[in-house]
Amino acid sequence: MRKVLAGLGGLAAATLFGLAPVQAQDNTIKIGLIMSYSGQFGDLGTMMDAGAQLYMKEHGDTVAGKKIVLVRKDSGAAGTAPDVAKRLAQELIVRDKVDIIAGFSLTPDALASADVFTESKKVAVIMNAATAIITTKSPYFTRTSIPLPQAITALGKWAVTKNGSKQAFTMVTNYGPGIDTETAFQSGFKEAGGQIVGSVRFPVQNPDFSAFAQQLKDSKADSAFIFVPGGEQPAALGKALAEHGVSPKVMKIYSSGELVGDEPLKSMGESALGIISGWHYSWTHNSPENATFVKGIREILKGRNPDQFTVSGYDGMALIYKALEKTGGKADGDTLIAAMKGMSWMSPRGPISIDPETRDIIQTVYFRRVENVNGNIQNVEFDKLENVKDPVKEAMKAAGKLNPDGTAK
Amino acid sequence: MIARFVSLLFDGFAYGMLLFVLSVGLSVTLGMMNFVNLAHGTFAMIGGYVTVTLMRQAGWPFFATLPVAFIAAAAASVVLERVLYRRLYRATDLDQSLLTIGIVFMSIAIAAYLFGTNQQPVQLPSYLTGRIAYGDFNFGVYRLFLVAAALAITAILVLGLEYTRFGARVRACVDNQRMARGLGLNVDGVFMATFALGSGLAGLGGALAIEPMGLDPNFAFKYLVYMLIVVAVGGLASIRGAFVTAALLGVIDIFSKYYVPEVGAFVLYLVMVGLLIWRPAGLFARR
Repeated sequence: MRKVLAGLGGLAAATLFGLAPVQAQDNTIKIGLIMSYSGQFGDLGTMMDAGAQLYMKEHGDTVAGKKIVLVRKDSGAAGTAPDVAKRLAQELIVRDKVDIIAGFSLTPDALASADVFTESKKVAVIMNAATAIITTKSPYFTRTSIPLPQAITALGKWAVTKNGSKQAFTMVTNYGPGIDTETAFQSGFKEAGGQIVGSVRFPVQNPDFSAFAQQLKDSKADSAFIFVPGGEQPAALGKALAEHGVSPKVMKIYSSGELVGDEPLKSMGESALGIISGWHYSWTHNSPENATFVKGIREILKGRNPDQFTVSGYDGMALIYKALEKTGGKADGDTLIAAMKGMSWMSPRGPISIDPETRDIIQTVYFRRVENVNGNIQNVEFDKLENVKDPVKEAMKAAGKLNPDGTAK
Repeated sequence: MIARFVSLLFDGFAYGMLLFVLSVGLSVTLGMMNFVNLAHGTFAMIGGYVTVTLMRQAGWPFFATLPVAFIAAAAASVVLERVLYRRLYRATDLDQSLLTIGIVFMSIAIAAYLFGTNQQPVQLPSYLTGRIAYGDFNFGVYRLFLVAAALAITAILVLGLEYTRFGARVRACVDNQRMARGLGLNVDGVFMATFALGSGLAGLGGALAIEPMGLDPNFAFKYLVYMLIVVAVGGLASIRGAFVTAALLGVIDIFSKYYVPEVGAFVLYLVMVGLLIWRPAGLFARR
């Protein structure tokens, strides 16, 4: 009894003298967020962070008796300087003593940091970086965004089997994710019996797309697949196509979600009508979970709609919270990643789960068409494919190139 | 075949004119005043945000916003010129670079704070969008507009700088400050006006570039390389040089991306290196 009283006295004193943080240390879980809050990809950081914020606003900042503390780091010139992301990961683990890391705007950032997590045994939740192979680089990686081929291979197959495409021309940005989508679309398209009549890759910095629009026009293909990263490029490309008379009226145009995001659609206007995309999230998705989500994000972002980055940030936090509940607040890498494997829940985008073999996300791919809904130009979901796994890692598994923990051999 | 060639030539020329309207102001501030003004993109961005804000918040028509974009960027530049730039007119290139690059980073952060990190799309009036097509000939309407705007800007600048009193004063002050001062010219005033002109042109270029290039806080930095290429290859202080170079680079870029897409992105830089080896001071250098 005396000891308890002494303890209480000490606690009170500590609180009085502002020493509370030392006491609270055992009772907090620190999550480091590495995102591009500034620079060319600054908007990705804004959108992902808003998702994480909303989840914490809805579910409180305490889970399994532990207080969640976020430590934000700006990977700034993300993609162009992956060593920055790696250094930030090291600093977060060594100096800030974080328990979990999340974020990663672009693929190079995640790839460069992989070894840091393997060595330190910390779980890293990828909230965007979308190249398929990332999760095979460390047994502590998991992902709540999308491995690009998941949606795009499905889109390639669907184009032939359900939408009557025969000859396709592919146009992608010349970097990791772009090439990922090119391979994915072409393999899906060919597997279903279609023919690829040509392809072109854009430089990453490319203010004018007219030369490529002209190539597409000259190819005489009946279908086109287009991938560009977000930012100013989707609108620039959309306009170049419209100026060259290439529109969904004369040719079937397929894309990932970037080309038909909110801002590109505003900028392209009517000329975007009819573009078909295969993607995992749209704010127009019709479900009660999504209605609440969209409302919450509009409050945080002063009227902007959530996009794929936002939903991944939200689900990333959801995954961390749910896993911590399951482990009773234990956050060491091995316990936590084991708890995450096989986790399934209802996201604003629909039902999702974490593949226990690859630690990557399993989700529904929606086929959407850009339509004019009461004067608003937006995506409308009209078909879907449920429980899609990443075809790249499925192929690796079939070829015996994947370890039991989901890393590459 | 001919039609495709003509269409590509037109696309390239129009792209060049876009580079020209973005860079011509820099040709004035960097070229004529000899100030390493890396913050040129910041003034362009100010023009862009003025246009977007007026169109969205106040419902102004696109054309009405253009003069305001010019004036706003010019006014902002006068403030910066009085407070910061003039102190460094005689400083080394490195000092000037450090000052102006600092301004760029600050402007990016301010723009992100005020307007958010997202793209700011504008919806242009329908008579400026779409295309005119005859068979295989194909012309984007906004591109035609850009070409017309670039030609008008060139004509006004060349005439204004070479045939007016103000132009004569500018040239005098730039060429020989001491002599100009000795003859009783208000060199400070002329420099301020010239700087405002260059920055105003940047603002106008920024407003015109929203449609093809988009607008976000990073705009201040993103196209700096292209602006510097146009001014460096054209020859400092030469409006004609900037015009010819921009047109040339635009056409080369589009043609190389069409015919050799595998290496298309590099050809522009190869040409730049080649031209600078051949004429280190630029194609139309005055000194």
